[in-house]
Amino acid sequence: MNPLSAILIFGLPVVTIVTFWAMATYERRHATGPKPQTFIERNGWPVSTYLILGVGIWMLVLIVLPQLYMVDYSFHPKLRPADRGGPKDFYTLENYRYFVYGSTSSTDNWNVTHLNAFWLTIVMSIFITVLNFAVCYPMAYFLAQVASPAQVRTYMLLLIIPYWVNEILRAFAFGILFGTGGLINTILLKIGFLSVPIDFIGRDIALFAGLTYAYLLLMMFPLYNAIEALDHNQIEAARDLGAPWWHIHLNVVMPFAKPGIASGCTLVFMLSAGALAAPLVLGGPKSLWFTPIVYDRFYQAFNWNQGSAYALILLLTCIAFVLLVMRVFKVSFSEIAR
Amino acid sequence: MTSAGIWRAMMGFYIVLFFGFLFGPLIVMALSAFNTPQYPQAYPIEGLTLQWFGMLFADRGLMEGLWNSIIIGIMVVALSVPLGLAGALVMTQVYSRARSLYYLVVVSPVLTPGVILGISTVIFWADVAEWTGSDKVYNGMFLSTLGQSTYISAYCMLIFMSRLQRYDRVQEEAALDLGASPTQVFFHILIPYLMPAIISAAVIAFLSSIENYNTTTFAILADKTLTTVLAGRVRQGTTPAISALAVVIIAVSIVGAVLFEIVRRAEANRDKRRSDAAAEAERLEAIISPVTSTGRA
Repeated sequence: MNPLSAILIFGLPVVTIVTFWAMATYERRHATGPKPQTFIERNGWPVSTYLILGVGIWMLVLIVLPQLYMVDYSFHPKLRPADRGGPKDFYTLENYRYFVYGSTSSTDNWNVTHLNAFWLTIVMSIFITVLNFAVCYPMAYFLAQVASPAQVRTYMLLLIIPYWVNEILRAFAFGILFGTGGLINTILLKIGFLSVPIDFIGRDIALFAGLTYAYLLLMMFPLYNAIEALDHNQIEAARDLGAPWWHIHLNVVMPFAKPGIASGCTLVFMLSAGALAAPLVLGGPKSLWFTPIVYDRFYQAFNWNQGSAYALILLLTCIAFVLLVMRVFKVSFSEIAR
Repeated sequence: MTSAGIWRAMMGFYIVLFFGFLFGPLIVMALSAFNTPQYPQAYPIEGLTLQWFGMLFADRGLMEGLWNSIIIGIMVVALSVPLGLAGALVMTQVYSRARSLYYLVVVSPVLTPGVILGISTVIFWADVAEWTGSDKVYNGMFLSTLGQSTYISAYCMLIFMSRLQRYDRVQEEAALDLGASPTQVFFHILIPYLMPAIISAAVIAFLSSIENYNTTTFAILADKTLTTVLAGRVRQGTTPAISALAVVIIAVSIVGAVLFEIVRRAEANRDKRRSDAAAEAERLEAIISPVTSTGRA
């Protein structure tokens, strides 16, 4: 591999760790009062080794290095293994150029197919997120504040069962419902509402319904947890003071549940934008979701560098969404990821 | 009808709709598993049959995938639970200025699309295989385990962190004062305290691993797992055998959920009996103690 890449990929984590270690050591030396225990004194040798090795492997080998690798990969042209590290292995933006213009060199035409799929994915994911929130909020509120403990237990059990049904099978269920010979068309034809079946799959209705369904419960649980922590007396107080019901939700419950709303929205957006199974199963011949395109870059076009660039674009979109949510809801990252 | 009555009716209607939406598709799919037509059809019922279940269990590819999924699941549990535990323990001790960066790094896989975890794992290990000149690490089962563990370890860590929040370090200090080494404290106090969290982390890790498709489909390379075979079958064409698989999964999760509820109720009952017994003992002691104290006097 390129020496500069190697320095960046391996140097960056090492420099970060060494800097923090040096700062911690410096502060310990200059601390006033009794000396705090060092890490090894506190945990003993065997456990310290386990902790350092465990966190080291997870953080560096599993998370940071592969991600940095992918970033680096996306800025290189596709090469034969023999050419790697050679003169042809330079930094380039051609993979990103391909995403925007549909060609690695010319900038005359837009890459309409991929750009459209990208925008459609983002817009629809946001729409699905909002829809999921609207569907789940009343249920979460009901379970958290209104229902009796016995009701909560029964409903929670009912919620957990569909949760463990595989994503692919959920999509498959929607295929059965929405297919041309599916249940909905059969019934509509039978009662004489339609004379020819509607192509739900070709019009992407099946895909959007399937995606809305797929991640519903990932909105439900964070919302429930957040609203459940609210003291019911606060709602009573607002009611006694004459607040109408929508005021109570808008000004008492929702501000309190902000971290839960933020974390539910982030999860649903990320999972919809990164969905692969539902678009593969429910996507019509013309519909293009962004993730299957990324997949095709790898296993149809066999261009891993381009695939990495596409994956990075998806990742940056998700990061931008998380930052946006943090801004809008004024919550910290640790409140979202719980 | 009073306004409260209208509210209740509306709420009831909404709850019925909600669960209808949640279970409707699953029920339709389940019905099609027992219906005779070749194409999965829930209505009209043309005849009841169990042949699709037979077809399901005779499906070699699917069974091989299931076996691989179970092996990967076990490897993921063996890797993610210790990693998540290390992550959670380090979180309580890490240098305060580095804490937010550390948290960001280890939790980021939860908020990263699964395809990206799969892609980055494959790219990285393809190169590692090239340097070391050994193809052993470039193996679908191994890469899937690593790719899935990246985010499943974070799930485990979050489970451990919530249990550690209620951990009282006084027990640790008492043990240290009595001459225990930090290693003994770890094995005889911390691990037993965390046992319920370890069990639930292992269960969640195993289930999440079996379920995973997005990361695995990249990382599995030429091998296959339950989900990748399933996706292939569903794309090729739909047969009611897939509905039959869904019925099996739903049945297993219902049994699991009911068992879980029974265990939980038994535990709640035992706790209640214990606290009742304790209250009873206290009451008796309150009656007896004046007698015993006067007796001693």
